[in-house]
Amino acid sequence: MAEERRQKQCSVSLPTESMKAMAESVGVGQLQEESCAALSEEVSYRIKEIAQDALKFMRHGKRRKLTTNDIDNALKLKNVEPLYGFQSQEFIPFRFASGGGRELYFYEEKEVDLSDIINTPLPRVPLDVSLKAHWLSIEGVQPSIPENPPPAPKEQQKVESTEPLKVVKPGQEEEGTIQGKSQGATPADGKGKDKGLIRLKPRSTHELSVEQQLYYKEITEACVGSCEAKRAEALQSIATDPGLYQMLPRFSTFISEGVRVNVVQNNLALLIYLMRMVKALMDNPTLYLEKYLHELIPAVVTCIVSKQLCLRPDVDNHWALRDFAARLMAQSCKTFSTTTNNIQSRITKTFTKSWLDDKTQWTTRYGCIAGLAELGPDVIKTLILPRLTVEGARIKAVMEGPVVSNIDKIGADHVQSLLLKHCASVIAKIRPQPDNMEQYRTDYGYLGPMLCSHVMKARTQAALQAQQVNRTTLTITQPRPTLTVSQSGLSGSAGSRTPSIIKVPSSLTLMTPRPGTPSQPSPPATKYIVMATSAGASSTQQVFQDFHSVLHSSHPQGSLSLIGVTLNSMNLHLQPHRSLALFPAPLQPCSLW
Amino acid sequence: THDLILHGSCFPFLNLAHAHFIFKMAAVQGGLADTNEEKDIKTEPSSDGFGNNNANDGRVLSTSPGSSASAGINKSATGAPEDQQTLLAVLQFLRKNKLTESVEILRREAGLPEDSPELKGSDSSGAGSGGAAGSGDKEGGDASSLLSRVTISSSAVAQTSSVTAAGEDQPDVNVVLSAYNQQGDPPLYQVYYSGLKKFIESVLDCHRAELSQLFYPLFVHMYLELVYNNHESEAKAFFEKFSGDQECYYEDDLRVLSSLSKREHMRGNETLMDFRTSKFVLRISRDSYQLLKRHLQERQNNQIWNIIQEHLYIDIFDGMPRSKGQIDAMSGSLAGEGKREANKAKVYYGLLKEPEIELPLDDEDEEAENEEGKPKKKKPKKDSMGSKSKKQDPNAPSQTRIPLPELKDSDKLDKIMYMKEATKRIRLGPDNLPSICFYSFLNAYQGLTAVDFTDDSSLIAGGFADSTVRVWSVTPKKLRKVKSAADLNLIDKESDDVLERIMDEKTASESKILYGHSGPVYGISFSPDRNYLLSSSEDGTVRLWSLQTFTCLVGYKGHNYPVWDTHFSPHGYYFVSGGHDRVARLWATDHYQPLRMFSGHLADVTCTRFHPNSNYVATGSSDRTIRLWDVLNGNCVRIFTGHKGPIHALAFSPNGKFLASGATDGRVLLWDIGHGLMIGELKGHTDTIYSLRFSRDGEILASGSMDNTVRLWDAMKAFDDLETDDFTAATGHVHLQDNSQELLLGTYMSKSTPVIHLHFTRRNLLLATGAYNP
Repeated sequence: MAEERRQKQCSVSLPTESMKAMAESVGVGQLQEESCAALSEEVSYRIKEIAQDALKFMRHGKRRKLTTNDIDNALKLKNVEPLYGFQSQEFIPFRFASGGGRELYFYEEKEVDLSDIINTPLPRVPLDVSLKAHWLSIEGVQPSIPENPPPAPKEQQKVESTEPLKVVKPGQEEEGTIQGKSQGATPADGKGKDKGLIRLKPRSTHELSVEQQLYYKEITEACVGSCEAKRAEALQSIATDPGLYQMLPRFSTFISEGVRVNVVQNNLALLIYLMRMVKALMDNPTLYLEKYLHELIPAVVTCIVSKQLCLRPDVDNHWALRDFAARLMAQSCKTFSTTTNNIQSRITKTFTKSWLDDKTQWTTRYGCIAGLAELGPDVIKTLILPRLTVEGARIKAVMEGPVVSNIDKIGADHVQSLLLKHCASVIAKIRPQPDNMEQYRTDYGYLGPMLCSHVMKARTQAALQAQQVNRTTLTITQPRPTLTVSQSGLSGSAGSRTPSIIKVPSSLTLMTPRPGTPSQPSPPATKYIVMATSAGASSTQQVFQDFHSVLHSSHPQGSLSLIGVTLNSMNLHLQPHRSLALFPAPLQPCSLW
Repeated sequence: THDLILHGSCFPFLNLAHAHFIFKMAAVQGGLADTNEEKDIKTEPSSDGFGNNNANDGRVLSTSPGSSASAGINKSATGAPEDQQTLLAVLQFLRKNKLTESVEILRREAGLPEDSPELKGSDSSGAGSGGAAGSGDKEGGDASSLLSRVTISSSAVAQTSSVTAAGEDQPDVNVVLSAYNQQGDPPLYQVYYSGLKKFIESVLDCHRAELSQLFYPLFVHMYLELVYNNHESEAKAFFEKFSGDQECYYEDDLRVLSSLSKREHMRGNETLMDFRTSKFVLRISRDSYQLLKRHLQERQNNQIWNIIQEHLYIDIFDGMPRSKGQIDAMSGSLAGEGKREANKAKVYYGLLKEPEIELPLDDEDEEAENEEGKPKKKKPKKDSMGSKSKKQDPNAPSQTRIPLPELKDSDKLDKIMYMKEATKRIRLGPDNLPSICFYSFLNAYQGLTAVDFTDDSSLIAGGFADSTVRVWSVTPKKLRKVKSAADLNLIDKESDDVLERIMDEKTASESKILYGHSGPVYGISFSPDRNYLLSSSEDGTVRLWSLQTFTCLVGYKGHNYPVWDTHFSPHGYYFVSGGHDRVARLWATDHYQPLRMFSGHLADVTCTRFHPNSNYVATGSSDRTIRLWDVLNGNCVRIFTGHKGPIHALAFSPNGKFLASGATDGRVLLWDIGHGLMIGELKGHTDTIYSLRFSRDGEILASGSMDNTVRLWDAMKAFDDLETDDFTAATGHVHLQDNSQELLLGTYMSKSTPVIHLHFTRRNLLLATGAYNP
């Protein structure tokens, strides 16, 4: 590879057309090809030379970015007059023009009206240089203050979670953890050659400062509270704040516990809020979420496929939540799926399995299809399209058969529109024109004719878009998965649940126990959620357990005290609503889990 | 107006004049040169010589043709005329520019045109006698090493090559380049090279690493030869085929090389001129060398043999061949490793005896504080101990080796303050890391280029890309100017607090701006007595500012190109500067011309540092070497190679024994000055290291880098583990253990703020600075 690069270096030179264009610009026409070639080589060499000199100035200027001033100084070094006034406001100040079969980049020099300049108000004077002092380290420990970077950059978080084993001599673990606390200092174990070393996982303490505890409390309250403005702010903070690393385990548990409790309670609004928190966490570029997927993914999947997510399935728009969660799921598959954790294939399996089950309810069915569809056109092509006929028949049975229940009908209707929406665009791409109603009916059964019209619509739309792309340069409208609660009824009830102030424990010290010593018999985290009565659910439960076991391989089972704390707070949140929230066993279990 | 293409040709003349200059200086018996003395050396052509170079260029062109058209094994025949031609060219140039004095000196030294070996001999002897102790200065060093080389290898081959080497002391563009005249069939170059490659790859493992060192210099010279002879396509093919084989640390040079594809380009390219004029030094064991020689003779591979003879200096040693790791540790510089002889000179690295200052014991506050009187007792004891131990240091230079300024009363007061602070100093160590206070420059808009602290940490100065120098007071004491002359007339000169009265309270402020430079300020340094500030800039000047009046006192002109760094001597009065003209200069504040010129670096001098005893100066360069220069005679006494990128930071340990250096390659290397050896490598930084500093007692080394981190290293451990046996000292073979991780005590990340300066306060608090780049 290095060789390739060098070869490039060797051969890069300006095109002869540039020489011609430049010659023309100074009034020399009809430059011969050989002279152009000679000139371009010479010019390329000189430019490279100057660039190399300019690098020196960049280095001594203690910068990483080469500036126009560096070039000027390099020119001065060669006794060449610098290019005066070439201070670019924009990053690349070149304009592009084409015509007569030639493409040209040029530097736009506008004629400036002096009176305009005189009449414009003076720009604000830039702030003067000033000096500010802060502690970068106090006796070897970096204080966590705003002036210092967040304690653990993503890389380090990754290293900590993927290579947690450090060489520690027996009987020295204590020392190791103490040294580990001093930021970034690797446990300097001088006698590395000693025998009998044991690779131990360091006990990582997740101690939150008082500020962090307050922050955590404020954020979680705002996220599930009633004030939408506050919530937006809190989510913004989660999505951008670089210092959340320490609180991540707590957020993760908060979400997963919250989903468990609220699924059982059919509290759609809160589920939506929690999913938005997941989204915000995933948006934060500084967080290394891989460690907490075992908690987040089950929560998200629950929101996709749970049989019932709201109190009034016939009125409330729980479909939107399923769509949103499905999109989240697809996003996390894209970002986190690796060959070791196989998230995507396992998720796909989970969805397909329950979709194939005849007994699956329409709501769950909808969730499975949505989850699969969001995974991309390839998944749609291989998994959904072949089943369109079967699914069509099922829908037909509900739509045209004897009316069983209104809920089923609504469900079937939603599944139908979902299938049409996702399949049409894919079919439009893989199926050659023309679109024949009858052909569609034979291929796809009941849904065929409707698909046909959707496909045609999709085709015209695509053509229209292509035109637009051709005409204008590019307007990318990025669809952003957003979700706001649109139910009138529930938002009111959510409002009544304004969280009372929770007593913050003075110190939330959590020790994640080392794998070898399960000091506390932690019950499986799925305890509250898997209340399966139907036989079909057990299989999915298995998948769930599977998730836990795999994702836990590098991370110990959930920390009990943490769950305690969050549950406590959750409890407080929910108390006015239903006191039995934590013990949902007698209540109607969610169908799938 | 200067002709930009001619830099390459100018420097050699500069060297010559510089030699002449140094002889003069040495004749002043190491003392301070009088201004009178200096005035008659105004022929120093660094500035005035440039204007006439166009003429020189034309002349050179006419004298060049076919100077060494002959080719073949026996290069000695061509060596002599080449030499003479060089000399004649120099003479002609000097005469043309009416530098009669120089002409005479050169004549005298060279004698009349004789046989070239003699010529060389007289040259070196001239250098030896001219410089009082100057056996190792630029020319002299070359000559003496040549002589020693003859003694080392008695083989006839080496002798013949020593003859050709003589021509290179005063290289002239065309004479130099003409050595690249057609010497073989261009398409065969690839065959030659791959033949050698095959041979080296097939040789025994123990020799392979050593012989592999040949690849890079051979590659470069063969490529240049092709380019010089206008075989452009062959050159390109040759480059593409073999450039991938070269060690990765030569990548920067290869990039320069790759852009050079025409003969015309070679003329102006300084890097390449350096490559041609300075011999690439390789250290190879005798066994490996014999092996190579036999192979080349068997194969009649004259092409490669000629290059080895002409452009390479092979330093042959007896004993075991070195391993790949050992070679890699030392290689990487522009011109190979330093010769072993170059690091043999005695260096007085010990500290000077501290002047005896009586501590005022009548300090009432102190006594009131400590009823037991313990510290009071301790202090004098400690001082006496300190001075005693320093007396016995056999490695210290004599107190008067370099004339140092007398201590003023204020200096004595400061020394007393220093000692008081020193008693409160924290003992640092791996278990007791320093606190770091970070001074961020806000709103600097990428313009902060240099920073310095005063020794007592009361002032910070910053140099900026907008040509300004700013000084801040970091103590509550504001910066005050002396009143204007009119106001000074009014004050009562008899009063006791006259020193207070002359200060202008009205304009007191926390920071002052100094205007005067006309280009970015790249180097900045406070004088030890806090009365002056030095700044060096892109505009080619070094300026001395008064911190009493906050005005510029002197502009030192001499470097015609950007001055990258400057540093005050720890004893004041002297300072050193280094810049793009590859020369480091020693100045005294009261002389407008330099006292010494340290030339020898093959590329920009990027950083300069004074040894704690003021007798030596260390310079780091873009040629990836560090040199240590003797202030007394201007000799280069140490050449340290091993860095793989331009050096940007240097630091002497407080005891003067060790040197730490940091470069763009992100590594810190530790050097033992006394033995002239590399003793450690600290890996960890991921970007250029811009600052290095030892704690006051030398236990901790702090490094600051472009990667936004400050790292602390266990210097005690790095130096304690050291066991320099006689063998290592004699051969210069280093065994580095890879223990960076053990030595790293801490890494402290700043918030997108590159760390460009570090400073330990007298109580061992670490101060770091940088400009915040949001």
